[in-house]
Amino acid sequence: MLLLPEALSLRSPRVIAGALFLLLLASVPLVSEAIGESYYVTLVTRILIFGLAAASLNLVLGYGGLVSFGHALYLGIGAYTVGILSFHGISNGWIHLVVTILLSALVSLLTGLVCMRTSGIAFIMITLAFAQMFYFLGVSLKQYGGDDGLNIAQRSDFGPLFSIQTNTGLYYLAFGLVATTLYLSWRFVHARFGRLLRGTNSNVRRMRVLGFPVLRYQVAAYVISGCLCGVAGLLLGNFAKFASPAYMYWTVSGDLIVMVILGGIATVMGPLVGAAAYVILETVLSGYTQHWMVILGPIIVLIALMANRGLYGLFLAWEAPGSRNSVS
Amino acid sequence: MSAPILSTRGLTKRFGGLLVSDCLDFDVITGEVHAVIGPNGAGKTTLINQLIGELVPDGGRIEFEGRDITELPSYRRALLGLSRSYQITSVFPDLTALENVSLAAQAHDGHSFGFWQPVSREERLTRPALAALEEVGLSTKNHACAAELAHGEHRQLELAMALVSRPKILLLDEPMAGMGRMESESMIKLLGSLKRRYTIVLVEHDMDVVFALADRISVLVYGKTIACGPPSAIRASIEVKRAYLGERYASN
Repeated sequence: MLLLPEALSLRSPRVIAGALFLLLLASVPLVSEAIGESYYVTLVTRILIFGLAAASLNLVLGYGGLVSFGHALYLGIGAYTVGILSFHGISNGWIHLVVTILLSALVSLLTGLVCMRTSGIAFIMITLAFAQMFYFLGVSLKQYGGDDGLNIAQRSDFGPLFSIQTNTGLYYLAFGLVATTLYLSWRFVHARFGRLLRGTNSNVRRMRVLGFPVLRYQVAAYVISGCLCGVAGLLLGNFAKFASPAYMYWTVSGDLIVMVILGGIATVMGPLVGAAAYVILETVLSGYTQHWMVILGPIIVLIALMANRGLYGLFLAWEAPGSRNSVS
Repeated sequence: MSAPILSTRGLTKRFGGLLVSDCLDFDVITGEVHAVIGPNGAGKTTLINQLIGELVPDGGRIEFEGRDITELPSYRRALLGLSRSYQITSVFPDLTALENVSLAAQAHDGHSFGFWQPVSREERLTRPALAALEEVGLSTKNHACAAELAHGEHRQLELAMALVSRPKILLLDEPMAGMGRMESESMIKLLGSLKRRYTIVLVEHDMDVVFALADRISVLVYGKTIACGPPSAIRASIEVKRAYLGERYASN
């Protein structure tokens, strides 16, 4: 049981469903090759990338109760790191990764220190403002394409072992990162840091009086979240072979919030489930009409009204009726 | 009389035009149960809030163990050994009773940058938490979700969260508020068992409790201490009777 951070049987529906889901994801490239539909690989890669971004947002939004309306900023940082470094002939993926993480950490640390001075609506507005600042910074970078965006000629070079030059290679990198992130967040949520974060979400004043220096932990959570989202941005840049200011536009931040709520806020699997539901609905509905948001909107409202913790919450309610324990 | 462990000098707090702490001098001596009584709006909770650091005074100073803590943030005061309970229940409803108390213990056990080890399996937190729950008589509800506990049990849980860090001083803000008769009686017994083991500041409306438990009583009216002394002296004070205790006690 050392691998499981909570008292769960290996045969409980949650563990089995989670394992099956990951197995299903792992087999997507094989299946799609077998049926000759390479399209599914790119579709699910998109899901994995946005799932990673949503999972990073969920750490602060779901567990910490910090409504960041500017997480698209970090998608942009990751994508532009790949774009700009490649533009200058640096194609080494490990350098891309390190620079992405350093830049994301720096930006999230500085903006986090400012944002955490506020709460509620002010917090939402300041995170939004920072993201919009970087959006306009992207637009103003004429050397790097301005608002047309920047083409990425070749994907990051992670060496022969982790090559992502093929779509399948990129898929497995994204899958590995998502699986690792989900497992680490599961550990994290049940460790000291996670419990502290849930406490600040519930009653921050009480946490201070108990003796917690809350600010440093909230900023740390924000930095961890920003770095993870930056890595999702690195994947997105490589996936699209393109870095665009549009990645940082506020509607993208909004999409990420929708994915978290749709899938199940403050649950480990929820963000990935939400990203899958969102991307699939978007793909299917936009096949019928370009006004697909008209249909998606009510669906989101329905799920938000019916399920306390989104789609994954419906599963948890089925697994353990009446249970309040839905952290995982 | 030994030196005070906690004292205020000239403590002043205004809410707009309202003077809630009026140049307040207040001393707590190590080992005593010091009750603070007074009519509603006298500034009792405001005093506690300033002692614990949730409110910053407009003037005056607060000393704890000879150290000026007036400017110290509340988490630093908690780590120095000040602990409080709330008049309005302030537990974490999503966590179980045990999780609530071990979270309180976690605050006093080094840093919380733990990302891997499940906190529920940390003996260093759960052992003292279980002991504190046992002490307040809530050990049958260890794994009950805090939201599902009865009101009286919430008060017990609050107390366990305050006790788990073995504080040097306990600030209890109406620990009996909203309790039924039976619950009150067991709480009085519990507080009695804490006497002599902890230095306690007790804000309480129930005079029977105050006179039964307190070593000294401060009477607060309009943010000022109008009397301070042992229960017998306070009982005798005519001024206090008029200001607070009302006709029933005044005529006795």
